[in-house]
Amino acid sequence: MTVLLYLVPAALSLGLLGLAAFMWSLRTGQYDDLDGAAVRVLSDDDLHDDDARDPRPHGAGRR
Amino acid sequence: MATGAQMRAPGFGLPAREVVAREAAAREARAARAGAAIADAGAQPGAQDLSLFLHEAPGGQVEMAFAIEGIDCAACIDEIEDAAEAEPGVAQARLNYTTHRLTVAWAAGAEPGPAGVMAALAGRGYRAYPFEADRVEESERGASRHLLRCLAVAGFAAMNIMLLSVSVWSGNLSDITPETRDLFHWLSALIALPAAAYAGQPFYQSAFRALKARSLNMDVPITLGVMLALGVSVFETLNHARDAYFDSAVMLLFFLLTGRYLDQAMRRRTRAEAGNLAALRATSANRIGADGSLVTVPAAAVKPGDEVMVRAGERVPVDGRVLSGTGAVDESLVTGETLPRTFAAGETVHAGALVQDGALRLIATAVGEDTFLQEIERLLDRGATARGRYVRLADRAARLYAPMVHTTAALSLAGWLIAGASLHQAVLIAVAVLIITCPCALALAVPAVQVVAAGALMRRGVLLNSGDALERLAEADAVAFDKTGTLTLPEPAIANRDAVPADLMAAAGRLAHASTHPLARAIAAAAPDAAPAEEVREVAGLGIEGMVGGETARLGSPAFCGFDEQDTKGASGTSHVAVSLGERRALIEIRQALRPDAGAVVEALRRAGRHIVILSGDRREAVAPVAAALRVEDWWGGARPAEKIAVLESLEAGGRNVLMVGDGINDAPSLASAHVSISPITAADVARAQADAVFLGERLAPVAAALAVAGKARALMRQNLAIAVMYNAVAVPLAIAGAVTPLVAALAMSGSSLLVTLNALRARRAAGPEMAVFEAATFEAPASGPPGRTREDAR
Repeated sequence: MTVLLYLVPAALSLGLLGLAAFMWSLRTGQYDDLDGAAVRVLSDDDLHDDDARDPRPHGAGRR
Repeated sequence: MATGAQMRAPGFGLPAREVVAREAAAREARAARAGAAIADAGAQPGAQDLSLFLHEAPGGQVEMAFAIEGIDCAACIDEIEDAAEAEPGVAQARLNYTTHRLTVAWAAGAEPGPAGVMAALAGRGYRAYPFEADRVEESERGASRHLLRCLAVAGFAAMNIMLLSVSVWSGNLSDITPETRDLFHWLSALIALPAAAYAGQPFYQSAFRALKARSLNMDVPITLGVMLALGVSVFETLNHARDAYFDSAVMLLFFLLTGRYLDQAMRRRTRAEAGNLAALRATSANRIGADGSLVTVPAAAVKPGDEVMVRAGERVPVDGRVLSGTGAVDESLVTGETLPRTFAAGETVHAGALVQDGALRLIATAVGEDTFLQEIERLLDRGATARGRYVRLADRAARLYAPMVHTTAALSLAGWLIAGASLHQAVLIAVAVLIITCPCALALAVPAVQVVAAGALMRRGVLLNSGDALERLAEADAVAFDKTGTLTLPEPAIANRDAVPADLMAAAGRLAHASTHPLARAIAAAAPDAAPAEEVREVAGLGIEGMVGGETARLGSPAFCGFDEQDTKGASGTSHVAVSLGERRALIEIRQALRPDAGAVVEALRRAGRHIVILSGDRREAVAPVAAALRVEDWWGGARPAEKIAVLESLEAGGRNVLMVGDGINDAPSLASAHVSISPITAADVARAQADAVFLGERLAPVAAALAVAGKARALMRQNLAIAVMYNAVAVPLAIAGAVTPLVAALAMSGSSLLVTLNALRARRAAGPEMAVFEAATFEAPASGPPGRTREDAR
């Protein structure tokens, strides 16, 4: 049963890691705008950095 | 607002072509609004002072929040943020798509220009309103984050302890050594004790508060159960026992925190929505500076003693005394009276009154400086204390339940001792009884239903202000309506459209677009696409004159257009506007029209067995035709606020629970003292703050929907409580008999919680005549009001 001596700490530290990650995400405001996060991932403005100040209406310039 | 929620994930599950078409339509609508916005901006005086809303952020930046109207698709996020960031000095703009709020940060040292950001957004077809989160919303946000952190800790602990517990349970059936079992129990204690100390805080604090006030709430047995379970488990571990209850204690906390978080989330969501609406409708004031110049400031920035200018077509922003000027003022939002009254120097006007013509120079007075407002304040205080006596369903259950739990546990302890069991055994059984009866399902039973029902109502255009509003709504068996602004639309409309020749009507529409008079606005609203007439000039106190199709056209008082006094006698409550084109002329009747579905809704409520009354502050002869049209027999006209309360009290004395629906300042006391209350979103601020729920849009149907959903929700809450009780009826005898192992406790606890949550999901669907009238209404028009209305109100 000596295997428990490192398996149990391993399991616990993984759990703590998850908890810490959750606390971090909560503190940095990642749950403030759940709907926005869902649609922002679809926005492709990172591909068009050069025309980010495009004078055309955005809907027209982006598709 | 409503459209944002409905189209939350545009594009998913729709053919691409349709998505493009939808977004194109949305863009077009926005472009139209942008045009209107620019026209509006031109009418406003230049100087604007919004420094009230600016606040310093860490790092020297200056931040300001806006509530944004007109967000309807995901592409709006980029468009809004880019438009705001293109303004000079703006370091960052971030839109919250869930709450429709934009935070703009100006770089340190840069001159913040909120007016520029608002203009830039208006140019793209979005309306931005300065927004300030109120203190309640801030503290709720803090509380919900704390709950979420507690929930995370409890979840982590529950998972890891369960991992250890399952090993012990299976080991107990096979070949676990006592040393390994002790190790696992100690590890569980190591996780459970700090986790329970942290995650249980909300319950310990609330239980402590209850005990200090010498009462019992649901949190007292919870705290006792968790503490005892942990204490006994540590004791058992010290004695190398077979079983410990660490997992039960922590899992209990996890489930209870879930219920509490859901409850909080519902109230927070409503509050955010209500905050936005308040920002959208916040009035601005034209403050007269020391040098005589006019500066537009938010009404909240006006202090007593400041001088304010109010012109025709504007709402009075603050209570004040008239210094100079005269004007006809429509006080329907204040007293319910629809006939305008003329004000002169020395008289007091109330916030919310609409100046029809003329201009008033006011000096702002502190709230409650005259008799009418003092009466309102006094009645409000009384109403609030009366309301405080209501006990929620869950608390009523807790009052019955908590003593029963404690007695059962104590009795089983005594019983086993008498039957000859050892003290150790008897305590173990008593703790098992406490854990099993701890109101897991009971704690989830009500909040789960509330969350689902509040979501269903929000989709139907009803926002709840308080958590127990659903329960009280379900108990309402009488409905009292205010007339002005509630049964009728808040804005007047043309009553005799068909009687006026079409070309005269068209001329009136074109002239009306050039005037700010409220009656002219009613005509303009009927012809939204008409081009303003040419060469318009305003004749003070009479009307306006202009050229339409090469002929002279006039719009204004009947005398201005050549009518005699005798011609204009008509039904009371009707205002007459005359129009003339060349030699021809006609009278246009304008009056407060009933909401389009008022008749159907009142009929549906009556069919559902509710007693209907009308309580109006307007003259009796103005109320009578409305009551006749709706076939309501019990009605009161000319009622002062105290008389409205007296009527409500007499109804309640007759054993009825009254739902009050009203919008005026004069309704606020009755809204506060009725069993439950609803306001339209166009209501005066003080009325909206007192109401338990707010409904959106032109139709009355959301009121019926609210009653139907609340009835369904209450039935489900009761079912859930019954499920919880049934579960206890099975589990408690097992616990008393000493047959409950930690495994059985864990299964029973999660099983009943799951059942209750699933049952709550059924609150989405409600039926009955009241729901039918709502559904009939929604097929004709969306629940949210036309954009034009909020625009006018915001001025």
